[in-house]
Amino acid sequence: MTRKAPSLFDWQIAGPAVAESFRKLDPRLMIKNPVMFVTLVGAALTTVGIFIGKAAERGFIAQLALWLWFTVLFANFAEAVAEGRGKAQAESLRKSRKETIARRLRNKHEEQVPATELLKGDLVVCEAGDIIPADGDVVEGIASVDEAAITGESAPVIRESGGDRCAVTGGTRVLSDRIVIRITSEKGNTFLDRMIAMVEGARRQKTPNEIALTILLSALTLIFLLVCMTLKPFGMYSETDFSVPVLVALLVCLIPTTIGGLLSAIGISGIDRLVRRNVLAMSGRAVEAAGDVDVLLLDKTGTITLGNRMATAFLPAPNIAPERLADAAQLASLADETPEGRSIVVLAKEKYNLRGRDVGEKHAQFVPFTAQTRMSGVNFPAADGKPARTIRKGATEAISVYVDQAGGKFPAAVTTAVEEIARSGGTPLVVAEGREVLGVVQLKDVVKGGIKERFAQLRKMGIRTVMITGDNQLTAAAIAAEAGVDDFMAQATPEQKLKRIREEQAAGHLVAMTGDGTNDAPALAQADVGVAMNTGTQAAREAGNMVDLDSNPTKLIEIVEIGKQLLMTRGSLTTFSIANDVAKYFAIIPAMLMGTFPAIAPLNIMSLHSPSSAILSAVIFNALIIVALIPLALRGVAYKPIGALAILQRNLVIYGVGGVIIPFIGIKAIDVLITALNLV
Amino acid sequence: MTRSVDWLQLACFVALLALITKPMGLYLCRVLDAKGKTWLDVIFKPLERLTYWVMGVDPEKEQDWKLYTFAMLLFSLVGCLFTYAILRLQKYLPLNPQGLDNLAPHLAFNTAASFTTNTNWQSYSGESTMSYLSQMLALVIHNFTSAATGIALAAALVRGIARHSAKTLGNFWVDLVRITYYLLLPICVVFAVVLISQGMIQNFKPYTTAKLTESYTIQVAKTDAKGQPVTTNVAVMVQAPKLDEKGKPVMTNGVAVMADVPKLDEKGQPVMTNMPVMVDQKVEEQSIPQGPMASQVAIKMLGTNGGGYANANAAHPFENPTPLSNFLQMLSIFAIGSGLTYYLGRQTKNQGHGWSVWASMMVLFLAGCLLCWWAEARGNPIHQHLGVAAADGNMEGKEVRFGIFNSALFATITTDASCGAVNSMHDSFTPLGGFVPLFNIQLGEIIIGGVGAGLYGMLVFVVLAVFIAGLMVGRTPEYLGKKIQAYDVKMSMLSLLVLAVSILGFSAWACVSKWGLDGLNNSGPHGLSEILYAYSSCNGNNGSAFAGLNANTPWYDATLGIACFVGRFLMIVPIMGLAGSLGAKKISPPSAGTFPVSGATFVVLLLGTVLLVGALNFLPALTLGPIIEHFQALQGKLY
Repeated sequence: MTRKAPSLFDWQIAGPAVAESFRKLDPRLMIKNPVMFVTLVGAALTTVGIFIGKAAERGFIAQLALWLWFTVLFANFAEAVAEGRGKAQAESLRKSRKETIARRLRNKHEEQVPATELLKGDLVVCEAGDIIPADGDVVEGIASVDEAAITGESAPVIRESGGDRCAVTGGTRVLSDRIVIRITSEKGNTFLDRMIAMVEGARRQKTPNEIALTILLSALTLIFLLVCMTLKPFGMYSETDFSVPVLVALLVCLIPTTIGGLLSAIGISGIDRLVRRNVLAMSGRAVEAAGDVDVLLLDKTGTITLGNRMATAFLPAPNIAPERLADAAQLASLADETPEGRSIVVLAKEKYNLRGRDVGEKHAQFVPFTAQTRMSGVNFPAADGKPARTIRKGATEAISVYVDQAGGKFPAAVTTAVEEIARSGGTPLVVAEGREVLGVVQLKDVVKGGIKERFAQLRKMGIRTVMITGDNQLTAAAIAAEAGVDDFMAQATPEQKLKRIREEQAAGHLVAMTGDGTNDAPALAQADVGVAMNTGTQAAREAGNMVDLDSNPTKLIEIVEIGKQLLMTRGSLTTFSIANDVAKYFAIIPAMLMGTFPAIAPLNIMSLHSPSSAILSAVIFNALIIVALIPLALRGVAYKPIGALAILQRNLVIYGVGGVIIPFIGIKAIDVLITALNLV
Repeated sequence: MTRSVDWLQLACFVALLALITKPMGLYLCRVLDAKGKTWLDVIFKPLERLTYWVMGVDPEKEQDWKLYTFAMLLFSLVGCLFTYAILRLQKYLPLNPQGLDNLAPHLAFNTAASFTTNTNWQSYSGESTMSYLSQMLALVIHNFTSAATGIALAAALVRGIARHSAKTLGNFWVDLVRITYYLLLPICVVFAVVLISQGMIQNFKPYTTAKLTESYTIQVAKTDAKGQPVTTNVAVMVQAPKLDEKGKPVMTNGVAVMADVPKLDEKGQPVMTNMPVMVDQKVEEQSIPQGPMASQVAIKMLGTNGGGYANANAAHPFENPTPLSNFLQMLSIFAIGSGLTYYLGRQTKNQGHGWSVWASMMVLFLAGCLLCWWAEARGNPIHQHLGVAAADGNMEGKEVRFGIFNSALFATITTDASCGAVNSMHDSFTPLGGFVPLFNIQLGEIIIGGVGAGLYGMLVFVVLAVFIAGLMVGRTPEYLGKKIQAYDVKMSMLSLLVLAVSILGFSAWACVSKWGLDGLNNSGPHGLSEILYAYSSCNGNNGSAFAGLNANTPWYDATLGIACFVGRFLMIVPIMGLAGSLGAKKISPPSAGTFPVSGATFVVLLLGTVLLVGALNFLPALTLGPIIEHFQALQGKLY
């Protein structure tokens, strides 16, 4: 399920964001973003300049100051909008976090306490209609739970004690039955609390890459600050008096305000995009790590295959008509509620047009599968002149023993067929009637459509996929080949999984995996990106650094894409921002020198109208480009799985070359406009 | 204006450079490996062991980046003090047949700083200031050690890039000794012999005198018996319109003709002043400096030192006798730096990367060279403005033997590398022609660059390019499998910041202070170019000068000396921090998700980073210097 992204100009978000942009002008907040802080100081200096400057220049300086303030406000607005989108989501979550009264169990007695007073380890009772007061594990009973509040999914889910479906989340509602829950987290630290804090960006810390980028941008700012400050004495030498507002304008145009203004919005929107796909990242660091992942450990079931083995063919024994085999197999499976059993019924119907019959009338007696016999089947008593029938289906060895005891013979051709199926990754199911072996039903894992192409894309991005399965080597190899994964682990145990992750990491890889069971927890914690399924245990959810509320293992691939997109957006806008400087030089430097050195005119290659219009146009462009790029920052740059070199070339052309050219056009256009409007 | 033979020479130069890069790189691999074998082991191995024994160095023991840097700083400090001492005491030391005096403190400091840092900025004229001992011991020793230090540091950085999960970067003393013995000394011996074969001198004779075939006369102040100048009282003259008999101004074509008339005070009396009495002196002899020139020139070029034996440097007929010696000197400036890019590729097991770095350097080299050549061949814009441009371009300040092309080529090469030797006067270049050397230095001399220094300077840009581009492909940026993180970016940017702070800061200070302006011989934009050039040259450890700036004053000597130190050591410390950090990192194996650091895209990316991150900082200042000068000259404006 994906939540809809609110439109950028949704007034519910944009409105408060405008107010927020002003509140963010607080220097104590601004100092966290050195680039914009310098801009803020520049804007303040220029504002002072309005009053102490020459009267003739006042109008020009006032406009300059106005646009410098806009530059800061636009950057603040970008951040506020990104936060606002998160807040809108948090608001809907918060509604579900009502004050509830918990029914706490103390010495087998129930007592009513506010949910906020629950402590870790407390036992609470929930019955149909109750809201679960806090996160916990079901320790007794089974219930259907409506988790729409956090997943947005209206279909109820089953939660039961023991096993991998024991985790419940505070704020969700029990729909039926009675369960006892052991509380695992206290108020303020529940799943919902963390989710709200996350989407609101309240707990947002700068991620490693963001810190590195901030250092780069701050250093560039420092260098340009120096460039502009030394320009004053150089100007004095050249008998040119550069005024402070003009130097500030040059400075603000040169420092990377575009990326500086959008950096935090990019980070917030990355998390936001995940939330919209119903994935909850516990930290921005995890989102970033997702972009770096180059090994995916994927569970076979549910991710690569549809989840269950299906009957795909009937292979009759010599001298047996295929219809007879199909008929017997169908009869034996009529009462079999397992997906495999149902798939046999369906296949017989599709291939031989054998309809499911009402077997109850025939006094059929079903023999269920047991671990001892490893067979299931059906017995028909003799009736209506027909002889009694006993049909069995099961594993090869079991049927072989059964037929032997009945005095029959296991045909060599069937043995060959069985081996053939096993080799191709299928599961053979032998069908016998009485002492006669009728043939084999081939059960196969069905690989999800399109998954092979998906893996091929991942390979192009340099990501290796490893399939994890409990199947034996042979079966695993066949499915691996069919699905197109790069590697597989057969008969994998959680310990082996953990070991594999450590090995990959030791070789320098970053590993992502999904898991749901308690025994997955160590591996989830070890993996660089561990995505826990929301249906999983509390332990798994605690161990991973992301939770998929839809519990869809395939989503790991999308998570990786979002991580990559986040980094790409930062890199591309940085490149764009730095490349912009070329045009700004050509706009401002000639304008600054025109007064003293008219000979510099040929350097004014955009033939901007006047020195004032040139400087103002550059500053206006610099401010407007931030607003223009907000949608891109929130959406992320286009991601295409085409390999690193191709992506680099593409982004280098769009944001590097484009970054050089666009401002030339933009500044010229603004110059024409403000000249026409007689603003300078 | 450009001759086809010049194109041919340029092609030969690039081709030869490409050819020697691989053998030089392979040899560097052996020299820079403490256990590497060379065919010179027979001669130098015992000497190498002896050196370690004397210094008390355990060649097996490697150092981490802090210890390595500390060893380098300690060594440089000791070397600097040693040189300072000799220069201050040269009068009392042997091998001083001319009886040259001790150097003033500021000049000795400036010279010691300059030679220790491989800058070889010379605020003095060698033949009239330095004794043979000073030249050979105090200065030449730095020609070797400062070059070896640069190569060692580059090797340490390359090791940091190539190694993984490593704590150490090699042993500074071992690198220093091996580079000196196995690389610099042998090549210099061979090179010096070749230069001698071209007519370069190598002796210890006192300066000789030659009888001039055409004697000429100069005017000198007359002195009395005590050696005091003789003065005479003369009337001060002023200009006034010439009057005819009727008292009317004499006009020619409507312009008043001027005449010298005695200046009168208020009382109508002529104003008198004391003037020295000048007498004619006939010059029939010329003093010709001698000395061990070839040995110095070999290391001056090979080690990108650039400090000339003679003041005229490589324009002097003894220091650069033939076209072949000129060509070989240019080639030797680039030889080791070029080989180091191959060493980089070899050590990181990514030869494509090494060649891509080399190719990026060559693009910048050719661009600069062609611009400079074009500007010089085109001639002085003022002359063009007046319609009297000389057919052979701007020959002012150029040695006629070398002409336009070889002067432009030499100027580009010497500033691409941090050599600083010159065979023409950069100050006399056209504004755009002079812009090229200045710009080359301000880029950080990363175009082949000073031995070692060029490579580590370029690698800083590589790290930054990889960081920005790496984000663009959607991964934490990786350079050859190493993640580029906050610390690495911080160190890289710090080294760029140091360069900008020092060049722009000192220049800005000088151009608004009395001591700064007093040293100028030119006003206007050209004067600013001279100041910018001086500080860029010292920061970049280049050492070439836009002559025209009288830098041998206490203020200039001190600030330029400090600039040398800043440009060398404050740059190196963060870079070594980067090396240490990279060396300690794990290597992630490359995949389709990591973009290759070789090939055309990478070259474009690297060039873009160099120009956008490295060059833009200096553009405003350059605009006020050579660029304004160019445009003004086009309109015929003079200063």
